[in-house]
Amino acid sequence: MVNETTIWNYLEEVPDPEVPVLSVIDLGIVRAVKVISEKEVEVTITPTYSGCPAMNYIEKNIRELLTEKGFEKITFHTVLSPAWTTDWMSEAGKEKLLAYGIAPPVNEVDKLILFGDAPVVKCPQCGSENTKMLSQFGSTACKALYQCNDCLEPFDYFKCLR
Amino acid sequence: MNNLFTYTLRIADDSLILGQRLSEWCGHGPIIEEDIALTNIALDLIGQATSLLEYAAQVEDKGRNADDLAFLRFEHQYFNTQLVEQKNGDFAVTIVRQWIFDTFRLPFYEALQHSADKQLAAIAEKSLKETKYHWKHSSEWIIRMGDGTEESNKRVTDALNLLWKFSDELFYMDAVDKELISQGVAIDLETLRPAFNERIQYVLQRATLQLPDSKWKLNGGRLGRHTEHFGHLLAEMQYMQRAYPNMEW
Repeated sequence: MVNETTIWNYLEEVPDPEVPVLSVIDLGIVRAVKVISEKEVEVTITPTYSGCPAMNYIEKNIRELLTEKGFEKITFHTVLSPAWTTDWMSEAGKEKLLAYGIAPPVNEVDKLILFGDAPVVKCPQCGSENTKMLSQFGSTACKALYQCNDCLEPFDYFKCLR
Repeated sequence: MNNLFTYTLRIADDSLILGQRLSEWCGHGPIIEEDIALTNIALDLIGQATSLLEYAAQVEDKGRNADDLAFLRFEHQYFNTQLVEQKNGDFAVTIVRQWIFDTFRLPFYEALQHSADKQLAAIAEKSLKETKYHWKHSSEWIIRMGDGTEESNKRVTDALNLLWKFSDELFYMDAVDKELISQGVAIDLETLRPAFNERIQYVLQRATLQLPDSKWKLNGGRLGRHTEHFGHLLAEMQYMQRAYPNMEW
């Protein structure tokens, strides 16, 4: 009999479409799974950002995988509270991000402080802390654009959301 | 009409229409970072609008979905404030419009996350985190432009003169709000004015700017009365559904 642990393990295989090195489990967007019967399962997910366009793909990818595993009825619930923050991301996920070339989230000062110092983010290429923020907004809703002052490589920073 | 439906729609329409306006900047930003910033903010707002419209559709319970509400209403059936439908103008106009809106949305979502309505509270809790980024972005630009060059100061001053008269409508309340306030669902917007005014002054001082002298105030958007720019916006936003009724991806 398939139990909930089995489902959690299956979902480790579902990558995030925009950051494929992370699974939906690493990202922390699967909140709950419930096995109703051998053929039926319920999955509760939460978006990273309200407008994240990846959510539909993630749902589709989870549905495909669970269908392959033999489930016939897969129901999704979306919850918004408690709101997702980068604290929901697993430690393993943060290490995978770094290895992939995206700097993982670090603790940031209050976002309501204007012109405060940008958080110190280590360059994922050379490890230098001598980096600068180029833009608070990046290629996806969850990233900011940085550049390393030492190796000069630009890089994505998965920004802290709290 | 169902008060909770109208209340939710008013919040949703502000996000939807401002998101649509900002998306017009896609490919036209003054620099690539700002092109990306404005469209990222548009995406957040349209995401918030989606959650709100889905909830409005559920509250209405008449078989309409979020897409129907976004694309199949007529001009007078939208309840956004007139501020958010104003044309993008130059970068200063876009930023001033955004800044007035963000400065309102911060205390609004802070309060709404404690609403007795669990779904509105959840949407507010989620949206507040995004709004902080938006406010920081727009406020820093107000300061850069105001305390920048003679030209940037002139542009942002002109934008304030153009748009400030629309700010009071953000605090508009009527019978819809009154009933829901008594149930702990809606926010008494008068209670947000001190926080709003304080943030406005905080940024203006650093920007070496002042509010216009004029006390002229415009409203009507919450009742479906809009400025001439709104019809043009809808014509573009609703084009696909008008040309190909009921089409789906």
